[in-house]
Formats: sequence, structure tokens, C-alpha cells
Amino acid sequence: MYFFRDTWIVFSRSMRLSLRQPLWVLIGLLQPILYLTLFGPLLQNIAASSGFVGDAWQVFVPGLLVQLGIFGGLFVGFGIIAEWRSGVIERQLVTPASRTSIITGRTLRDVVVISVQAIVLVGAAYLLGLRVPAGALIIGLVLVALLGAAFSFISNAIGIATKSEDALAPLVNTLALPILLLSGILLPMNIAPRWLQIASDFNPFKHIVEALRAVFRGDFADPIVWIGVVLAIALVVLGAWMGSRTLSAQTK
Amino acid sequence: MTGMGSMIEARGLKRTYKARGKAIEAVRGIDLTVQHGEIVGFLGPNGAGKTTTLKMLCTLLEPTGGSATVAGSDLRQDSVGVRRKIGYVSQAGSTSPEAVVGEEIMSHAQFYGIDRATAKQRGQDLLASLDLSDVWGRTCGSLSGGQRRRLDIVMGLIHKPALVFLDEPSTGLDPQSRANLWTHIRKLRDELGTTVFLTTHYMDEADSLSDRILIIDNGTIVAEGTPAELKKRVSGDAITLTLRNEPDAASAAEIAGKLDGADAPVVDAHVVRLHVPDGGRALPLLLAELTRAGIDAIGVDVNRPTLDDVFLTLTGRSLRDQEI
Ligand SMILES: Nc1ncnc2c1ncn2[C@@H]1O[C@H](COP(=O)(O)OP(=O)(O)OP(=O)(O)O)[C@@H](O)[C@H]1O
Ligand SMILES: [Mg+2]
Repeated sequence: MYFFRDTWIVFSRSMRLSLRQPLWVLIGLLQPILYLTLFGPLLQNIAASSGFVGDAWQVFVPGLLVQLGIFGGLFVGFGIIAEWRSGVIERQLVTPASRTSIITGRTLRDVVVISVQAIVLVGAAYLLGLRVPAGALIIGLVLVALLGAAFSFISNAIGIATKSEDALAPLVNTLALPILLLSGILLPMNIAPRWLQIASDFNPFKHIVEALRAVFRGDFADPIVWIGVVLAIALVVLGAWMGSRTLSAQTK
Repeated sequence: MTGMGSMIEARGLKRTYKARGKAIEAVRGIDLTVQHGEIVGFLGPNGAGKTTTLKMLCTLLEPTGGSATVAGSDLRQDSVGVRRKIGYVSQAGSTSPEAVVGEEIMSHAQFYGIDRATAKQRGQDLLASLDLSDVWGRTCGSLSGGQRRRLDIVMGLIHKPALVFLDEPSTGLDPQSRANLWTHIRKLRDELGTTVFLTTHYMDEADSLSDRILIIDNGTIVAEGTPAELKKRVSGDAITLTLRNEPDAASAAEIAGKLDGADAPVVDAHVVRLHVPDGGRALPLLLAELTRAGIDAIGVDVNRPTLDDVFLTLTGRSLRDQEI
């Protein structure tokens, strides 16, 4: 099985290409910092009155991390459409490389980029006053990486399936908005009306955010932690399945 | 059955696309056999089904019917086996504009298990042989169209495939680069025994490069043979008369049609085209007849049959008309 070798080849090519565009890497890094500095203080002031449990940073940073994982992954599909257009995907499909590796290598690159951004985010939050156990940080980073992987897979799959930016953009936005609004990332869901709370219960990302918040509070034993981690892993499996299915379908 | 020995053996290969509920029969069940070390030209107008056939043989597109053995492996049962042994240069390019040429080549070679040193050596040799020696460190996007086309060819050859598919390899190349590419393709076969299957809609390319030509039109192979064999199918030499005006052309066509063994002349504005068994002999006669009728021909051409004529004879359409 050459899956790992092929994934590594695809990954290193993609990584090299990303690093050749240092401006984009930098802008990517700036985004979470902007959130922290421009939105964090706002939350600081309303945290107490708004119904969040725990220290404002412990509430806010998990939300930002989950958001980073989701949005960092969701938009990568545009890149793979460009690669399809230039013929790179087809060229790789005609090599003996495993189909799945062609998408997994790219997703792995996205995971690395997103993880670096997450580390910067957490570092900056620490400077601003975030205090959490080291174990919580590790679980946080793992969750971000898992979410990034899942959404990168999904976005790449949609990109390859549609081969059109005009189709991907509205699809991604339609997917992102309810995920964000029903996740309690920006405001806690317990101040929402009943029907909205029930709706948000069906949103896996709400549970993932809550899991991370529990961890950041130090409640490692809270069962929500497991639920969150398992949900994240399930999403990665779903994404990988979609990605590999879509890629195989290209030769159908 | 010649199945065991041949490089490509396809039977009843078929591909129907579904687009917006409509079925497009791009390839309608073709049989083809390519021997080891052969250079086969796949010739046909736009939309004939060349790319579709190539993609099927390269495992990029599942046939909707038929079967094929490519480089010793069954297309459906062992597609990885096929991919290991073939190279494919797509009509549409293969590199990212932001990527560096050398890195793109080496990364591609890795998929075939070629180590970086060998890949670099081979890549630079191939680039040099296609007149691209100084581009290793440049980005693909900074190359000209023709240079980028040649880079695609280098990518497709990096693993020394036993069988290489080239989809319109010389599109966008200037005459010198084309001639150079032809030399390289012949050398591939002569020195490495590579089997080459290339599509083109250039007559001269198919003519001068191929050992054998398959002519495809509308998803079916309409003729097959060596360039010489195919040309023999056309009835003799082509005579092209250019006249001063259309009435003259009409009269000239009538006169020319009476020549011994002539086919029905085709009139196209001021130009009359016809075929005769022996152009050299017919011409003086024809000119004398025209003079007697008071018609003044302003141009006369006698041509040995070209593949274009073959295509015209076989399909009733000219290849050249469809080349834009
Ligand atoms: N993905 C597709 N979906 C629907 N129809 C297609 C698709 N690809 C090709 N076709 C159609 O199939 C037919 C054959 O196309 P193909 O690309 O094989 O032609 P070709 O001989 O390579 O032409 P060209 O010289 O222009 O490259 C055309 O009518 C084309 O419109
Ligand atoms: Mg084509």
C-alpha cells in the first residue's frame, strides 16, 4: 500500500506551494488575531451579563478555535478547483497514486496551516489573559485539526464535484451560516428561545464547542467532552469518505 | 487473436456522456490494436472522440461499453497496472502556474517511485532535448504557451513509460519546436522502443510521424492504414484550378470533368478541385481545352494525395475546414 507515500508526495507539493505565497499564510495568521483583539474585548464586557459560564477567555477562545477549524477548511475548495483547471488533478489521477491520497495530501496541508493558525491564536489569547490547563490546549488543538480536516475534505469534495467557484461559493456560505449561528460560538445558546435551543441541539458543532469549553474550564470528566471528540472524528470520517468517493467518481 | 503481443487491444470501446439528460455518443464502439514500438496517429476533426478514446485507454474515463488491454493490463480489472506503465500528456495542460518547473517535475516523478536525483537528471535531460534547458527554476506560469506545452510533454515522459499517449502534443508550438518534438518522438521509439499513440488534427503531423494512422470521425474509426496505404485510397492526384470568376469556374468544371478517369469536380467560388489518375499527363490536355474554350486559368496546382484528401474522400468533409 503506497497510500502514505502518495499522500506525503501530494502533501509536500501542496505545502511548498502554500509557502510560496507567504502573504496568504500571513493573512491567514492575522485573521484569528483580529478576532481576538477586535471582538475579544467586546465579549469581555458582556460575558458576565450574557449567561456564559466561566471566564470570558475560556468561553470565547474555544468558540474561536472551532470557528477557525470550520472556516479554515471550508474555503479550500477554491484552490482545488484552480488545480483541476490547470490539469494537475488529472495528471495525478493518471499516475499509480492512490485516489484517496490525492485529496488526503491536500487536506493534510490544510490541517497543518490551520493548526499553525490555532497555535498563534492560543498564544495571542494567552498574552491577553487566557489561562487554561496544558491538557486543554492540546485537546483544543486536536479538535481544531479534526474539524479543519473534515471541512477541508468536504470543501475539496464539493470543489471537485462542481468544478465551479460559482457553485462552491453559495454552497459553502449556505453550509457555514447555520453552523455558525446554531453553534453558540459567538453567543451562548442558553439565552436563546426554546425552539432555537432545540434546533441547535441538532448542530454537532454546538456540542463540539461545549466540549472544548468544558475542557477549558478544567471539566475533563464532563461526558460532553467525549461526545465532542467522537463527533469531530465522525465528521472527519464522513469528509474523507466524501472526498475519496468524489475523486473516484471523476473517472466514471 | 493477436491479444497477447500487442500494446493496446481494444474491442468495442464505447463512451456515452450524459449531459443535461441528453446522451452524447462520443465514441461508438471502436476496435483498435497497437503493436509494441509502433507510432500510431489518431486523426480526426474537433469533437470526433479522440480525447475521449485516449482518456478511456488511460483509465481516466470508464468506458460505457467494450473492453481493452493496455500495456498488458486489463483496463477495468487492473487500472493501477495500466497507470504504472503509461504516460499521458493531456490536451489541457498539467502544471500549476505558481509551481516551480523543477519541483513540479520531481514531485510527479515521485509517484512512480523515482528518487529525486534520478528525477532531476532525467527532467533536465528531457527539458534540454525539447529546447527548454533554462527553465528549471522558473515558475510554470512564467513560461510561454509553447514552452508550457513542452513542459507537459516532459512531465508525461519522466518515468520512461513503455506506452505514451500524447493528446495533440504540438498544439501551440512554432514550426521549429514541432519539428523538434517530432524528432524527439521518433527517438523515443527508436532508442527506447516506446510505443506512441498520439492524436492530432494536423495532416502533416500524422503523415510524417506515424507508422500507422487511424482516422476517427463522429466516434467511429472510418479508416486505418499506413499513410501511403491511405493515400492510395484516394483516386489519384488532386488538381486545383483557380479562375477569374464564377462563370469561368463553372465552365472549367464541366471541361475538367470530361478528362479521362476524372472524378466529379468540386466548385468552390473561383476554385475547381478534382482528382485524376495521373495529374502530370492530364494537365497539358486540360489547359489546352480551357484555352480553346476561351477560359483563362490564373492558377493551377497538382498535388499528390494528402491525408486531407483521404479524409475528404472518406467522410465527404475536409479536415482543414474544421481546423480553426
Ligand atoms: N465531459 C463531457 N460531457 C459531455 N460531452 C462531452 C464531454 N467531453 C466530451 N464530450 C463530447 O464528446 C464528443 C467527443 O469529444 P472529444 O473531446 O473526445 O473530441 P476530440 O476528438 O478530442 O476533439 P478535439 O479535436 O476538439 O480535441 C464531443 O461531441 C464533445 O462535445
Ligand atoms: Mg481532444
